[in-house]
Amino acid sequence: MTMAETNTASRPAALKQTSLNTPTAVEMIGVNKWYGEFHVLRDINLKVERGEKLVICGPSGSGKSTMIRCINRLEEHQKGSIIVDGTELTNDLKKIDEIRRDVGMVFQHFNLFPHLTILENLTLAPIWVRKMPKKDAEEIGMHYLKRVKIPEQAAKYPGQLSGGQQQRVAIARSLCMSPKIMLFDEPTSALDPEMVKEVLDTMVSLADEGMTMLCVTHEMGFARQVADRVIFMDAGQIVEMNEPNAFFKNPQHERTKLFLSQILH
Amino acid sequence: MTDATTENAPFAFVRKEALAQETPPLSVAGPIAWIRTNLFSGPVNSILTLLCVYIVVTTVPEMIRFYFIDAVWSGTNRDACLADKIGRPVGACWAYIADRFQYFIYGSYPVPQRWRVNIVFAMFALGVLWLLWERAPLKKVGLFFFFVILPIGAYVLLLGGPNAEGFLRWLIGLTLVLMVIYLVLSFVPALARFWIGPAFLAVEEAQPPWKRFYRPKRLILLSLVVFGLIAILADKIGLPRVDTGLWGGMTVTFLIAAVGIVFSLPLGVILALGRRSKLPIIQLLSVIFIEFVRGVPLITVLFMANTMLPLFVPQEYSPDRLLRPLVGVALFAAAYMAEVIRGGLQAMPKGQYEGAMSLGLGYWQMMRLIILPQALRIVIPGIVNTFIGLFKDTTLVTIVGIFDFLRTIEATLVDPTWATPTTRATGYAFAAMFYFLCCWGMSRYSISVEKRMAAGQKR
Repeated sequence: MTMAETNTASRPAALKQTSLNTPTAVEMIGVNKWYGEFHVLRDINLKVERGEKLVICGPSGSGKSTMIRCINRLEEHQKGSIIVDGTELTNDLKKIDEIRRDVGMVFQHFNLFPHLTILENLTLAPIWVRKMPKKDAEEIGMHYLKRVKIPEQAAKYPGQLSGGQQQRVAIARSLCMSPKIMLFDEPTSALDPEMVKEVLDTMVSLADEGMTMLCVTHEMGFARQVADRVIFMDAGQIVEMNEPNAFFKNPQHERTKLFLSQILH
Repeated sequence: MTDATTENAPFAFVRKEALAQETPPLSVAGPIAWIRTNLFSGPVNSILTLLCVYIVVTTVPEMIRFYFIDAVWSGTNRDACLADKIGRPVGACWAYIADRFQYFIYGSYPVPQRWRVNIVFAMFALGVLWLLWERAPLKKVGLFFFFVILPIGAYVLLLGGPNAEGFLRWLIGLTLVLMVIYLVLSFVPALARFWIGPAFLAVEEAQPPWKRFYRPKRLILLSLVVFGLIAILADKIGLPRVDTGLWGGMTVTFLIAAVGIVFSLPLGVILALGRRSKLPIIQLLSVIFIEFVRGVPLITVLFMANTMLPLFVPQEYSPDRLLRPLVGVALFAAAYMAEVIRGGLQAMPKGQYEGAMSLGLGYWQMMRLIILPQALRIVIPGIVNTFIGLFKDTTLVTIVGIFDFLRTIEATLVDPTWATPTTRATGYAFAAMFYFLCCWGMSRYSISVEKRMAAGQKR
């Protein structure tokens, strides 16, 4: 569809020429966050260019999910500033909704709407948020269902699909809003081993089209294949950030070395 | 040394032919087995079974004798139901119910005007069927009928007189004003930006003027036609006023129950959302309302509605005697409903909120499209429970002088025309039957709704 075309077309141009008004997709400057007394995010500074793919890894409780959830304000940060697509996140609800419209998110537990059919899940936001006529929305919904290779499931309910299929529907649901940035919060962690590949394949094809992606994942194969940068987080801080080859071959920080030795055998 | 094959290996086994299915032994299936497992599985169970059989044997024939065999089915006054007058033992006096049936339905509503009540009953039945029958066509028209035409039509029909006509004139005026506003908006859509979001406005502006705001305009036109028709009809027939003091019987019971049910659900939703709101003032107000109303008996609420409401408003605007308990019952049920719905909201996983928010849905869209449909489905049993409680609680309005169905039965009990030893038992049995059938119907319908929804979406 047209939106997919704009994504593929605009990304490299924006990256190289920086002629668009906002070449930076996401910028986090000195972001800090506390849960009560607990300091979850400590002075996060991160700049993501358009079309860049970031993989974020780290031990559980290191704040990686919290960090990407701050980008679409599912979590509120208390200090510092986050600028998404040229708009700074404040308490202004209108701006938050605007940003959420343009930032897709895929969750660990899919978070599909169980009372709606697959197609209704896909068309809900285009119809109610983008005010698209139902027919057009369904056309777009079917287009993205075909892209994730399950158009035959359109009339079923989420509960009738396998985990891998549900996660692909969740990805398609985000794509229907033609987002500029996609956030993935451990998209394969809740899946059976057999289904991880089908979801990763979908993500790889999305990356190939030039989508700006931030993925929290432990799939190191995926990181090697598509990531422009890999970020390692621990105790709420960014510990190490490098391009994937150097990151895996030659980690610098002790904590990174320990982590990698645990997960790569 | 022999080869290790399945023929001689000690632990290997391959089935050669399939076994045919055999009928089970009598101790597993069949009536005797059923009786043994369900009625006499142990000493305690056996004693309980025998006890139940004893109770059934001693009471049921007696009840059948009283209510059916010895019952009197026809007659015009108490003589038909007196044992020494007809020379046989007398059970229930159904003749009395048949004789006073009209009164039980309409109360003291004037006899020549009762067709008005009948029309409202028919409209109500049509509306209920339309909405509750899943495959009924034109659901949206049904909603409009039930929530707009029916209440207004019922008000005009049941009350009649200058008040109803004034109300109709006022309604038509209001619709006309709305129509003018939307006509202006069609040509200057920018004026609507105060209550419509920019995205939606852009969609409207892209249309030619006559297609802009198509939905509200269609609704207004429909309302105008309907109100006009009602007004013309009311004017032609010339409905005389029937004071609410004369209303009674099942009419009033259904009226209070319907108003209570229709208002308590949306009010309850708003209160439940308010109680879970992050805005402290809204939350506080909701909590105060819910806890206060829930912490007070319904009778107290009714007394307060009856005696205190008139104190707060000027004499000439003092609410009608029937309206006061109507408001009281609706608010009372709303408080309970709010807590039931809050239970459903709390059962919703956080992921559903996050999924909706991440797509850019606003608060009200998220609630209406994602959270409430699921939360309400979870609490259907609780909601219907509240409805049933509300339906039975309508009997309490008698204490503020409203003649509901139960009150009409009690009124006839003191009437000497039908004063017999068995009248009381008959009247109350009839009342019990009426309330049971209504509540049982609600319960069955809710079960069918649950099944239907569960079939649609297995998790």
